[in-house]
Amino acid sequence: MRDTVIRTLIELGKEDKDVELITGDLGFGVLKSFWETLPNQFINAGIAEQNMTGVAAGMALEGKKVFTYSIGNFPTLRCLEQIRNDCAYHNANVNVICVGGGYVYGSLGMSHHATEDIAILRALPDVTVICPGDPTEAALAVKKIAQTDGTCYLRLGRGGEQNVNNVIKEFEIGKAYKLREAKNMNKKVAVFSTGAILEETSKACDMLEEQGIAVEQYSFPTVKPIDSAVIKNCANRFDNIFTVEEHNIVGGFGGAVAEVLAECGGKAKIHRIGIDDFYCIEVGSQAYLREQVGINAEGIVRKVKGIFGE
Amino acid sequence: MNSKELAWLIRRHGIEMTHLSGGSHIGAILSVADIMGVLYTDILKFDSSNPEWDGRDRFILSKGHAGASVYAAIAENGFFPVEELKTHYANGSRLSGHVSHHLPGIDFSTGSLGHGLPVATGRALAAKQDGKSFRSFVVMGDGECNEGSVWEAAEFANHYKLDNLVAIVDHNHMQSLDYCNNTLEVDMAKRWKGFGWNVIEVDGHNHDELKNALKDTSNPEHRPTVIIAHTVKGKGISFMEMDILWHYRFPHEGWEYNCAVNELHKTKPETVTDPYTPDGCPETQAEPENCRHTVSESYHPTYYTREVEDR
Repeated sequence: MRDTVIRTLIELGKEDKDVELITGDLGFGVLKSFWETLPNQFINAGIAEQNMTGVAAGMALEGKKVFTYSIGNFPTLRCLEQIRNDCAYHNANVNVICVGGGYVYGSLGMSHHATEDIAILRALPDVTVICPGDPTEAALAVKKIAQTDGTCYLRLGRGGEQNVNNVIKEFEIGKAYKLREAKNMNKKVAVFSTGAILEETSKACDMLEEQGIAVEQYSFPTVKPIDSAVIKNCANRFDNIFTVEEHNIVGGFGGAVAEVLAECGGKAKIHRIGIDDFYCIEVGSQAYLREQVGINAEGIVRKVKGIFGE
Repeated sequence: MNSKELAWLIRRHGIEMTHLSGGSHIGAILSVADIMGVLYTDILKFDSSNPEWDGRDRFILSKGHAGASVYAAIAENGFFPVEELKTHYANGSRLSGHVSHHLPGIDFSTGSLGHGLPVATGRALAAKQDGKSFRSFVVMGDGECNEGSVWEAAEFANHYKLDNLVAIVDHNHMQSLDYCNNTLEVDMAKRWKGFGWNVIEVDGHNHDELKNALKDTSNPEHRPTVIIAHTVKGKGISFMEMDILWHYRFPHEGWEYNCAVNELHKTKPETVTDPYTPDGCPETQAEPENCRHTVSESYHPTYYTREVEDR
């Protein structure tokens, strides 16, 4: 996903000299192709994210389409006020790229777990929050946001994710994509996910179908603005909606869906699958930590089957 | 209008605006008034009939709490009616206490300290990339220089040799609770020199010194320039000078307002008309002893500062 995004940025940058990439001194082995191809559109701001984001705002106010780049919480929480005051309030075309949403840097420790970022960025007016589920969604999202005024948060996984979304043709900000129809079975649920946990979610949906539970599955690459039409539609047709995110369940994607559900009066009950409001002190890879907190495919299956008493 | 006239009007508007609104920060407005007066007459390129003119110099008042000073400067330059200044802080006004860009002539909002320099730096960098000749100016406070983001931008701007970037530090030596040196000791010039900047120290109330420093900031080593403008907080109103009280207190009805206005009238350029009290105020006895807090460098609050007693 990460490499796909950079390849897309290079394509965009070749066509438009106003596309600018600023890194906070990260991206070893990732950004080289960009700076070699477009040296005059690349800035290393050093390890100084507040300044990186302020500089990005200043450049955007002069007409640039700026992408800031760092990992984990550094491009977001470290410089949150710059995103709020300097970028969003001024409608600056700054696109904040985070590599490593969730437990991507699992073994590196809690400092590198980006697990509250969606909730925090979602709370800022005029910030679009996009968490692509696979490389296809990511590439299309980058093309879209470069051409869209205003401030955007783009939360990526890392590398090696499988392509899952085979229905998307063009990225529409605020649209959820239906990836599978519920088969004709007695038991059925709707499953929504955002971000790179899409792959695990799809695996879980396969397993659920094999075990007799039909699933209507959606990928929500945009968390803000949320696709409330899809949520309301599902709320009327399903008894149970599951949300899956590699993020704290407080205030994140599940929270966004819950807000819509609570106000729309549909019949569905929401079940949020995510990190149950704790800092992870265990050491391990992304796959290991996903398993530990129950957001891998097996964990998702367990939670869905749980409501049927299985 | 010349810089002396504008600086006087900024002070007079500042007194009126804080008086009417009960707003804070008159001390900072008075300390920066000469800097703003010089910038908005002799230095900045702008066009009040076309606020977004691409050739304009970019300006950010990063010490946004002195917002009244830039509102007054641009109103007097025709960006919006001077009359509107009286709505400062008021319900439904465009003139928030801290600087708002929802006004013609202002294109960056501030209020949280340490934001202006990074943004001004980004603009200077974009100008270099695009071959544009404007300069990017930012006015900061000395207390503001406590913020780490200022120094992130300082090293960045020096690294990229942004000689089209001009920072001005309104060095009035006081911040929110105390004197700067009692808060976090600083040798301002030494610090900026350490970051590789072209450092010019001036008397921030001397218009000739300000103009000489600001006219041409190009330098053979292409360093960004910082003007360290030594100023007096509350400058121009004797009972407000160097008293932390007037960081917050506004000139109340009675002797505070009357004496402030009358003191300003003693230095009023003949060519300027006071838009509020053309003939000054009734003579009133000042009673500053009743509200005087901190009038010497030896003042410090009773909280823990440091164990080495060297004041």
